[in-house]
Parts: sequence; C-alpha cells; structure tokens
Amino acid sequence: MSEAGKVIEIEVLRYRPEQDAAPVTQMFRVPFTDDMSVLQGLQYIKDHLDGTLSFRWSCRMAICGSCGMMIDGKPKLSCKTFLREFYPAGLRVEALAHFPIERDLVAGVDDFIVKLESIKPYLIPKESRRLEQGEYLQTPHELEQYEQFSSCINCMLCYAACPQYGLDSKFTGPGVLALLHRYNADSRDGGRDERMQLVNAEEGVWSCTAVGYCSEVCPKAVDPANAVNLNKVESAKDYFLRFVRKQ
Amino acid sequence: MLEVFKADVVIVGAGGAGLRAAIAVAEADPSLTVALVSKVYPMRSHTVAAEGGAAAVTQTHDSLEHHFNDTVTGGDWLCEQDVVEYFVAHAHEEMVQMEHWGCPWSRREDGHANVRAFGGMKIERTWFAADKTGFHMLHTLFQTSIKYPSIKRFDEHFCVDLLVEDGRAQGVVTIEIASGEFRLIRARAVIIATGGAGRVFRENTNGGIVTGDGMALAYRHGVPLRDMEFVQYHPTCMPRTGLLFTEACRGEGGFLVNKDGYRYLQDYGLGPAEPVPRNKAMELGPRDRLSQAFWHEKKKGRTIDGPLGPVVHLDLRHLGERKLRERLPQIYELAVEFLGVDPSLAPIPVVPAVHYTMGGILADGRTASPLPGLYSVGECSSVGIHGANRLGSNSLTELLVFGKVAGVEAAAYAHTVTNSSSDVLERQADAACQRALGIVNRQGGSERIAVLRDEMARSMESGCGIYRTEADMQATCDKIGELKARYLNLRVDDHSKVWNTEWLLAIELGYQLDVAQAMVHSAIHRKESRGSHQRLDGFEQRDDVNFLKHSLATYAGDTAPRVSLSAVKITKSQPGTRAYGAAGEKAESQRKLEGSAHV
Repeated sequence: MSEAGKVIEIEVLRYRPEQDAAPVTQMFRVPFTDDMSVLQGLQYIKDHLDGTLSFRWSCRMAICGSCGMMIDGKPKLSCKTFLREFYPAGLRVEALAHFPIERDLVAGVDDFIVKLESIKPYLIPKESRRLEQGEYLQTPHELEQYEQFSSCINCMLCYAACPQYGLDSKFTGPGVLALLHRYNADSRDGGRDERMQLVNAEEGVWSCTAVGYCSEVCPKAVDPANAVNLNKVESAKDYFLRFVRKQ
Repeated sequence: MLEVFKADVVIVGAGGAGLRAAIAVAEADPSLTVALVSKVYPMRSHTVAAEGGAAAVTQTHDSLEHHFNDTVTGGDWLCEQDVVEYFVAHAHEEMVQMEHWGCPWSRREDGHANVRAFGGMKIERTWFAADKTGFHMLHTLFQTSIKYPSIKRFDEHFCVDLLVEDGRAQGVVTIEIASGEFRLIRARAVIIATGGAGRVFRENTNGGIVTGDGMALAYRHGVPLRDMEFVQYHPTCMPRTGLLFTEACRGEGGFLVNKDGYRYLQDYGLGPAEPVPRNKAMELGPRDRLSQAFWHEKKKGRTIDGPLGPVVHLDLRHLGERKLRERLPQIYELAVEFLGVDPSLAPIPVVPAVHYTMGGILADGRTASPLPGLYSVGECSSVGIHGANRLGSNSLTELLVFGKVAGVEAAAYAHTVTNSSSDVLERQADAACQRALGIVNRQGGSERIAVLRDEMARSMESGCGIYRTEADMQATCDKIGELKARYLNLRVDDHSKVWNTEWLLAIELGYQLDVAQAMVHSAIHRKESRGSHQRLDGFEQRDDVNFLKHSLATYAGDTAPRVSLSAVKITKSQPGTRAYGAAGEKAESQRKLEGSAHV
C-alpha cells in the first residue's frame, strides 16, 4: 500500500489565450495515494490548488474518450494512467499533440470531428429491410470481422501519435480510417464503393507511412494501423480492377 | 450582442435519449430544424458507460406480460402501468431499429441477436453488445445522426436556462464553452435529455457530467420533479471511485460472497443458492435488495476489510478466462488496470454505489411535461416506468422507446405554435446571461466549489443512502439548505471566457444543490419503505394506504420545496408481495391462482 504523505510534482503546460502569448509551464505539488490516476491528480489541482486549470474528463473509466493528453510525451488517457508510475521523478502533462491548444489541456478537435462526419460513418444497407422483418442476420464470425474496429472511443490518441498527421493534417488519420473500415467490413453494409473514394484519395490510406505507433497507443486495442493496412490492400485492388474493367 | 439561432425543436443533451429524439424529429419531418445542444461531444455522454444491455421481449417462451410484471414488481408497484405497457410493447422494435442502424449486438450462432439474463427479469431478454452496450448504442446513434442534415449540433455548449414565455417553453440559452459566448436558441418545442444526477452523492458510478442540469432547469421553471427520493445503489462497484462492474457479471453466472466465501444473498429472501444462476433469485435479484443485503452484511461484520473500507467479493473465477474475455471484456480490463485483479484468478472487491435516479422531470406517457412545449426523456425524466426501483437493462431501452416518442411529439407540437416576438425572448435571454455572469463576476465571495460539493455529497450519502432515518434525512435537509445559502457567497477564481470550466462547475453546483434538495425533501416526506427508499425508524413496511403515491417536489426558490403526492396509474397489476427466489415463485403462483379465481 501507499506510504502516507507522498507528494508528486506535476508539471502542466498551461495556455490561457486571453492572458498568455505562448504556452507556459506551471508546477504543482500533489499529495497522492497509489490508486490515484493522473486525472485524479489534475482534479486535486483544480479543487485545491488552482481553479483555473482546464481539462476535459467525464467517465473516469476509459470509455468516454474525453481525457486524452500527453503524459511525459506520450498520448494517454489520464483516467487510466496512474501517478505511482511516475513517482518519485514526477510527470509532465500537455494537451494532445498535433491539435491546436484551445486552452491548457484542452485540444481543439474540430478537424477530427469533420473527418469523422465525412466518411459516411453509418450503415448503408446492402439490402433494405423493414422493422417487421426483424434484424439482419449476422453470425458471430461476421461480427468478428469488424467488432474490434467498432470499439474506437474517439479519444484521438492515435492522431497525437501519428507522425504523418503531425506533418500534414489533411491526412484522414488512423481513428477515422478504422471507423471507415468498421462499416466497410460489416456484412450488412453496402456502402464500400462510396467510402473507398475517400480511402483511395491522397489523404486516405496512402498517406500512412506505416509507423504503427497509432496502434501502440490505442487504449482499446482497436489497432487502427491494421485497418489502414487492410484498406491499402483494398485500395490497391480497386486500382488494378480499374484496368481490368477498362479492357 | 446575443447570437440567435432559430430552430424548430431544441434538444438539450445528446446522449442516447437526445440523439434518438433528434433522429425521430428528423424522420418525422425533415423540414424541421433540430438544434442538438450538448455540453460535451455527443459520444462522451454518459450513455457511453452503460455496460450490461437493453431489455426487450425476444424469445418465444417470453411475453410482454412477463416483462410488464417484472418491471412493475421490480418498481414495487410505483410504476405508471399504462406507460409500462407501452414501453414493453415497443421495446423490441427499437432493438431491431438499432440493429438496422448498425449496432453491433452480440449474436447467436444462427445470426440472430443474443440475449442474456439480468437482475429481476424472469426470462433472458437483455440484448447486449459484449459489456459495452451503452458505448455501442451511443456511437451507433451518434454516427447515424450524421445522416440527417436537419440536425444541427451545438457540441460543447452548456445550457444555462430555458426560455418560458406565454406559458410555453420556447428555447434555451447556452454558453459556447470554447469562446464563453452566449447564444439564444429559439424553438417551438424543447426536449430535455440531460441524464441523471448521481454526482450529488459521494460514491457513485456516474461520469463527472452527470449533474442534473436539465432536472434543475425544468424544476426552477415550476415543473415538479417526481419520485426523487428513489435513488438506485448498484451493488457491484469499485470501492472509492464507484466505477461499475456490470450486472451482466452476475447474468453470466458470477457469485457474490462475504468474508467466509458464503453466498450471503440466501439469507435475505433471495435463495436458494444454486450453482447456476436462476432468474430472479440470488445474484439475479433486483439491485435494491442486493445493495440492502450488503448493508446488513456490513452490520453483521461479515464483509471483508479492504484498504478502502468494507467490501464483498464478486467472484467470476468459475466462468473462466475465455468466457470473461468474450462476454465481459471491459470488466476484465477494468479489474486488471484499476484494481490489479485478474478476475479469472481472484475475486473482485465490490461495494454498492449510487448509480441511477429513478425519479425526474414530471412527464406523461408521451414525455410531455405540464409546461406546454417542454418534453423530457431518459434518466432526467419521469415517464413512470421505473417506480421505486429500476430493473437493470430497462433504462437503455427507455432511451430508445421514449426518445422516439419525444421526437415525434415535439415535432407535432412545433407545428401547432409560433414563437413569441424576438424582443421578448431576447430580453429574457439577456437576463439569463446576466445571472450566469453574476456567478463568475461576483466580488468578495469566499466559499470554494469543491468544499460545498464535497459537503453536499457526504451529506446526501448519510441522509439518503441505502437505509434512511428521519434524523439523518433532517440533518441533510438542513445541510442542503445551509449549502444553498453559502452558494450565494461562492468564489470563482477564473474570470476568463475561453474554456472557463470553473464557471461551468459553479453553475452545475447550483443545479446539483436544487436537485439534492428535491431528493432529500421527497425522501423525508415518504413515511414508508418501498423499493430503494428504506427506512429504519418505524416505517419499515410498505404502506399502500397512504403511500401508493408518487411524490412531487415543487421548487420554492430559497425555501425548501413543497412536496405533494399524486396518484399512481394501475391498469392490471394490483400491489402484491414483492418477493424473489423461492418465495417469489410462490408469490407468483399465488397471484396466478387469485387471478384465475377472479376470472
């Protein structure tokens, strides 16, 4: 168990656009116990040390996707990263990389949302079915083909990890490509052709340089790198089929 | 200058209920503009954390009658029975609708959706997507909503007031969190879908955003809050943080044991203990009874002393790693990552924690409040299906069934009215903005948000916990009154506009204090024990003569709310003995006999 009276130093990159010309670092000393997450450390700061620190959070259990941030330079969910891992050295937290900072630890995520909305992230049924006809049949094996990719919580850690997105934010990026693949791989869906136009575009899968760091940081084992790769294969097939069709 | 957006229907809250309602409006009439306001991005809404599943009669040996009876009995007969009838009859089509929208329901080998057992349910009827059902439903609804161009989202917009003019709800006032700018959203109908208020308690399963905003807004405008004394403790949560281990753990066969490894629920009228869970018995009993049993075990000294206080054990070891990873992957992950416990090798320490508010904004079976133009749906609402205790997996279904109803009703209503003049609405909105600014610009305050919030949460826990007494409830009534007075002397350090979350926390605390006050005053008024409201001070029995009644808490400004009682709609189930396990089966056959005697 925890020793009584342990204190950890949390260095926070602050940015308040109404007063700071550029981001500044602020150090907080936070008493902690071994079961406390980084998020709980930040909550302690807000409640007891400095009410002006802003960050997003809600569920505390790694499912709402709100609390992603850079922790000692790595994209992580602060709710399931624990302070004890950084003791006694302390830790540094910053807003997610590759996004503009709106304030403190709050990243501007409009770009991600626009991309998500752009890929038709909904079922485009292969065949229509009325409610009275009941559900589409889908075997556990068919479910397995896309289930993993449907588990993305939109936390955007993979975007903060993606060097390509960091260089050029036009790249659709790992999370949204995984979502696109989730629908393409769904046995009920017939929207693949519409979505593949986006995949084949320069900002689609071909921007990916196959670093794979996105999958490493994914807190939900969605493996977006795999989704991107599978779509490279699909996209290549599309490319060659075009020649076949022409003949 | 106040920015104005003209919508036809405005929905506050974009969780499962708000999204389902928005889609229903869009499908009912694509020419209506829907403003969908949420203080977070929709997929962050707390629906995301629901784990176990959504109930709908599915199997051939099940019936609407069974689901009705389970729900009404589970609610200790405080349900609006006509509304429950509608609910059970429309549950299945909503599950299918979700399937058609792509929800990854878990499947049987033959490709049909699978169902699992849940507490208090006679037949397995809970549709599930592993143990992330709420997450999958929320993302499916959010992603599907993108199809509809008439839905205009206001993500990360915080609602500070409703506009009520000419006796009707006519819009809302919001703060755009990223800029701190106010916006008036005019609409001819308003739907509140803001979720529950569990954060007014200390140990709870809820996300930080679950602060009763919509309940407080409706309440302040004179709409009564109904049955607020009924607060559900979920029996299997993580000590201190309150994080949830789904009831599906027990639906899949998990055991609850005390320090002797004994399945103690058999001592509380839930037995007999059998190796495989029997529906409506033992670990598959209802949540109120299981949480109460924990309380008694603690009194008897039969709980286990954990580092964070007394716990019991949720034992899943006999299910084996493979089944746990397939059916309960999130539970597996939570136990390992947050507790360092591998549930295939060791039992999980658990305690009851506040989970759900059964009561809410008074609504009829079509989600309409007594204030024309105002509708409510989901946990913030009281359409009346949960009574004194909600059954697990009825609330996700509720979001869908009544989300659709709310959308359809609001769309129809919007066609029948026009907005009052802009001048009048803008004047009202300006006043609301000034009130909100008053909180952040107040000079000379000394009270801290965190201190007041903590005192509120502790007091609610001691006064409105699993068991209640007059003295404790009175102490909490006094405490909340005191905190409301101290709230007027609040100090906010942050005076900026961009992402001023301290400001929002301050406004939320105001909402929470009002909702907490409605809860404790409703509780002290109910001099009986029913469902989740259990007393130890001479009112240990259910009292159908005086209290087969809903409570209604009506806002009274700075003074305590007025609490009155209203009739419960009974259609076909007269109040009877609420029993589970072997005793429950006996009571059920007794009811059947009496029923056939009447025929």
